[in-house]
Amino acid sequence: MSVDHPCVVTLDHRSKPRVLFSGDQLVEVDLPAGTRVIYAKPPMDGLPDPDAAVRYALSHPLGMEPLYAKLRPGMRVTIAIDDISMPLPQMKRPDCRQRVVEPVLKMLDEAGVDDVELIIATAFHRPMSAKEIEHILGKNTFDRFWPDRLYNHDAERPGGLTYLGTTDDGIEVELNARAASSDLIIYVNLTFVSMNGGYKSLGTGLVGYRTLRGHHNPGTIRKTDSYMEPKRSHLAKKMEGVGKLIEEKLDVFHIETTVNNRMFDKPLEFLTKNEDELNPTEERLLKGLVKTLKFLPQPARQAIFERVPAPYDMTGVFAGECEAVHDAILELVYKQHCVPVQGQSDIVVFPIPYISPYNVGAYLNPLLVSVMAEGYLHNLHKGVPLLKKGGTMIILHPCSDKFDADQHPAYVEFFHKLLPQTRDAMELHKRFEKTFASHPAYIQMYRTGSAYHPAHPFYMWYWGENGRQHRGRVIVVGADNEYVPSILGYETARTMSEAIRMAKETAPTDPSIACFRICPVMMAEVTPDPLPAQIEGSSS
Amino acid sequence: MGESTAYFDVDGTLVGTNLIHPTIMYFANQSSPLKSVMRLGGALLQAPAMAWAESRDRRLFNEMLFSHYKGMSEDRIAVLSEEVFEDIVKPRIFRGAQDLIAQCKNAGERVVLITGSLDWTIRYLADHLGADHFIANRLEMKGGKATGKLLRPVVAGPEKAGLMIEDARTHGHDLAKCSAYSDSYSDVPMLSVVGNPACINPDGRLIRLARAYDWPILDIDSPARGTMERNS
Repeated sequence: MSVDHPCVVTLDHRSKPRVLFSGDQLVEVDLPAGTRVIYAKPPMDGLPDPDAAVRYALSHPLGMEPLYAKLRPGMRVTIAIDDISMPLPQMKRPDCRQRVVEPVLKMLDEAGVDDVELIIATAFHRPMSAKEIEHILGKNTFDRFWPDRLYNHDAERPGGLTYLGTTDDGIEVELNARAASSDLIIYVNLTFVSMNGGYKSLGTGLVGYRTLRGHHNPGTIRKTDSYMEPKRSHLAKKMEGVGKLIEEKLDVFHIETTVNNRMFDKPLEFLTKNEDELNPTEERLLKGLVKTLKFLPQPARQAIFERVPAPYDMTGVFAGECEAVHDAILELVYKQHCVPVQGQSDIVVFPIPYISPYNVGAYLNPLLVSVMAEGYLHNLHKGVPLLKKGGTMIILHPCSDKFDADQHPAYVEFFHKLLPQTRDAMELHKRFEKTFASHPAYIQMYRTGSAYHPAHPFYMWYWGENGRQHRGRVIVVGADNEYVPSILGYETARTMSEAIRMAKETAPTDPSIACFRICPVMMAEVTPDPLPAQIEGSSS
Repeated sequence: MGESTAYFDVDGTLVGTNLIHPTIMYFANQSSPLKSVMRLGGALLQAPAMAWAESRDRRLFNEMLFSHYKGMSEDRIAVLSEEVFEDIVKPRIFRGAQDLIAQCKNAGERVVLITGSLDWTIRYLADHLGADHFIANRLEMKGGKATGKLLRPVVAGPEKAGLMIEDARTHGHDLAKCSAYSDSYSDVPMLSVVGNPACINPDGRLIRLARAYDWPILDIDSPARGTMERNS
């Protein structure tokens, strides 16, 4: 008989209620005895001297000559940088990107390279504000380069993209014109989850619609077994094609970093712990926090969690050739995130937190709630999904009909005009995506406001396609209305007990129940239960 | 041409001018300094009444303002209108106006400017921005002189919506697929009859309405992608 990993806690009749995120609230829920609650691993130790590690990585790259050997006076260099969508929430200063960019700039200065521009690789995300950019890069770099030589990528600027070629998969690759005309591109990553980094960085971050539509589509997603394992991801394969084509044409030096999962600073550290292991002080603090959040207005609740930067520690930095660097980083990411779990479950509880990569500084709108459930949390696995095929997801979130008018203007129309017509990703793609992607008002808001591109809500819906094709039902606990869940095709329950009872109606007898207790971020490394025939075979 | 039209208000929406700016230029360039002084003085005396009209009824305001054109010769207006465009209007075109109109055309939309300004000047602006058509106010002329009256229909407030409905019908366009852009609460009727309304630099009352109905709010005068805080 296998022994569960210490982060997999099986509840019994004496177990205390679990405290789970439901948006920016924390709620106490009673889960049935036998439920397996999966907790994140404790944070790995950070690098003892991250700055020295960066310097070492730059001068001892993997599969490539050192950065200084590539430099010559008068050359044109573009530094591309991951945007604010990771890590979540933003990390305390100095951010890993600052630790990398500062020595890189120093090296460029020493080599007499002065044609240098820094581009935030936003793709179709909202632009980062000046304040946010200063936070991730530090005041010195910001003051020196902003705004003329440090700016957000604009995928809609007339003449702003250069066609580089077409991949074997038929994807037309158009890259940011400045990057495409550079002698050297230096890509600075902060890889927070394993589907990011590697070829995806340039293949999405600095391209436009013609390229993105080649891999951000429902057909690709449906063929993708696992978002988080690049080797098993059709999406990653397509992005690899784009990345390789770019690297055939241009010289790219990759620098990837990653962090541990220390999401909460000392005062809130107890939020990551097993509720049965809290000391009396922590228990009181947790109860106090749960009560306080109930009475605070929504913006104040969001501020408590979002405005306080996380004390993430850098756990690794590698530089050089794309694949070698990414493989080394993935090893660290998996080491931190993967919690071994034996067997899938018929019913899985996913608490939906207040934050996602696509709503930094904004409310998690209903479309993003579905993305978090069916796109992200369901796919945070290695091996097979935690939920059995056709099983029931139970999610916790108020599902308020609330959208940020500045960041998500196109989401409103997508949610309220298109989804009521169809939830079929393929139909949405064929009937509406092209028109939305060229919507003049929304594109203007993407370019000069703080909005996501109008094609982005489509990509979000496609992101959930994998989960939608896999799960049976979704039941929402704690929704403050019926119609938002109904638009998403979800059922509602007033309490967790009611949701479990409903889920059991369509589950096998004595179903297996799991709770994926995020935050912080983690992955379930699920080994499937052997099939009955295999058990019989082994015992005979 | 596609199946829809994008209707743009002009003053405050695409250009940082209002009806007063070109009027001052027209009046300041009369055939003699005395005539200029008299026209400007006359308009100035009626300023309080016009301000009241502006707050109550945009059409009444237009009629009061353009009544001061009475007696101006068609030739002079024609000559001055190009100067008004070059010196007053063109330098005040918002930075992103051209891109936005180009984006509409890329999306297959026909572009129409609809404005209370005079057709004399707007024809140059439409040409410059690449608009397909314009609907603007027209002065009544008799014997080569302006009578001080506007030809019907006067382009203002709710009338704009009526003119758009007529225009869309003429071109066989479904208003549900059309879009409209304005900066002013007085243009709520024209914004309300299309399927895709949007506000550009909206006034306070229009912002509140736009927020309530999830109408996009656009800034077309800031540099693109992320530099807006520097300018605020």
